[in-house]
Amino acid sequence: MYQKKEKIIRWLFTILAFSSLLFLVGITLTLFSSGLPVFQEVGLFDFILGKDWYPTYDPPDYGILPLILASFMVTIGAVLVCVPLGVGSALFVNELATHRQRVILKPIIEILAGVPSIVYGFFGMVIVAPYLQRILNIPVGQTAFTGSLMLGIMATPTVCSISEDALSFVPNSFREASMALGGNRWQTLTKVIIPAAGSGISTGIILGMSRAVGETMTVLMVTGGAAVIPTSFFKPVRPMTSTIAAEMGKTVVGSTHYHSLFAIGLILFLITLLFNIIAEIISRRFRLKLGLGR
Amino acid sequence: MDKKIKEKLGFLLLFACILTTIFFLGIIIYFIFVRGIGALSWEFITQVPREAMTAGGIAPAIVGTFYLTLGAMVFSIPLGLACAIYLSEYSPQGFIVNIIRISINNLAGVPSVVFGLFGLAIFVKFFGFGVSILSGSLTLGIMVLPSIISAAQEALMAVPQSYREASLALGATLWETIRKVVLPSALPGILTGVILSIGRVAGETAPILFTAATFYTRGYPDSVFSEVMALPYHIYALMTEGVHPEEQTRIAYGCALILLILVLSMSTLAIILRQRQRSRSYYGS
Repeated sequence: MYQKKEKIIRWLFTILAFSSLLFLVGITLTLFSSGLPVFQEVGLFDFILGKDWYPTYDPPDYGILPLILASFMVTIGAVLVCVPLGVGSALFVNELATHRQRVILKPIIEILAGVPSIVYGFFGMVIVAPYLQRILNIPVGQTAFTGSLMLGIMATPTVCSISEDALSFVPNSFREASMALGGNRWQTLTKVIIPAAGSGISTGIILGMSRAVGETMTVLMVTGGAAVIPTSFFKPVRPMTSTIAAEMGKTVVGSTHYHSLFAIGLILFLITLLFNIIAEIISRRFRLKLGLGR
Repeated sequence: MDKKIKEKLGFLLLFACILTTIFFLGIIIYFIFVRGIGALSWEFITQVPREAMTAGGIAPAIVGTFYLTLGAMVFSIPLGLACAIYLSEYSPQGFIVNIIRISINNLAGVPSVVFGLFGLAIFVKFFGFGVSILSGSLTLGIMVLPSIISAAQEALMAVPQSYREASLALGATLWETIRKVVLPSALPGILTGVILSIGRVAGETAPILFTAATFYTRGYPDSVFSEVMALPYHIYALMTEGVHPEEQTRIAYGCALILLILVLSMSTLAIILRQRQRSRSYYGS
């Protein structure tokens, strides 16, 4: 009796545990089945390398190169903001801050991570964009630059907390050895601690990038939304995520436009999957290097 | 350059990094607070919108967000907990665990708008739930599942092995041990993870964009199959739709403030809970 019950419970948990795998597979299948038809309807090269995105014109154009380039541009911009801020903050919190400072700073960073993306988008739209428009004297404030800035700030806590984790894994003996050899704290930091935590920090950077590529509401509200090949950081652009969010409501199910938005989703999904896999491989190596095992 | 000056400059630089980060947080909260506080009133949080979104309150949006969050949690907490229990208490180590762990990690990295697409194709269209609380809750629930699993797993792993051994030695079965010994002592940790997830779900917009949210409903939702207004979506809609931009911006500030208070109090609560647990387990061990 007891044994039977135990067996049933074990089976129940085993089945439920595979749910996350089921959902991942489900998402993949959905994206493929709703997205792939576009490659037939438009053609793989015309879709990915097409320079014009006019899905509602007659005849329509379904080229997503402007959207891909916009996502790429905004992500690079965000990395330029979040890497120095995030890694710098993590170094400060972990290596320089006194105990009391750390107790205050860590929760603040964590709270920053909890601010919803819509709030960043709203703030960017009503405060940052008009401000940049005025001081930079540009025709519209909603540009790739504004998007990069807001995304960068959003991704900073992600980069910071993962880098901080990596730094806390560096054994104290590394620091002591460097100090014993006469290195000062800065030398220890740059020549011993950063190299030792390097791959852990790069995991944080990659996951921060992954967050920036996939972020939707912020870019939707602050990048302006012009679907043209981006030529400057100070012009409106339309990244992939905001294209899906802005246009999905207006499409007819089963139309080429509908399929093309799913195909964009598929490309986004594959990009973030790639980032995650790279991050996973690097973090595994990092753990092996410091002898932490798995 | 002199070694000491270099050190000073380097430290200054790092200090500047953290100051800038905190400055941005401060300025966002400051602006939302100062400009949103004017819109807040008892009427604002208890009344329905009136006069084409330029007057009245946002109560349906608050209620909608509550329902969506509740629905997502009802779905994701049992499932996430079961998954975590399997991974930490039952699973044979190795291959299967690795597959599940990798899929959880990758699920966590999927962009929120892609969850929205999935919800649209599966719940709204395939299962025919339509744009509804149910579709939105399920989509949000799947999105937040990985964070619940990893929080619960961490809490379960923190339970000392000796507790399990003691219970098993007394003749309890594995399930009895889990239910009566492991889960109760992991509960505070699980709770922290759940609270953090609630904050995250309440603030998400992209997954409900095409699965649940709408700009305006006449009153409150009356079934799980109704469309709802939701706070985060309402902010977006106020800024992009409608014909009274100035009035709507004022209301959007109010919505943003309420959302921020909601989400930040959740994360503060979680942080306090965790700190307490830490100090307790410190004395306990």
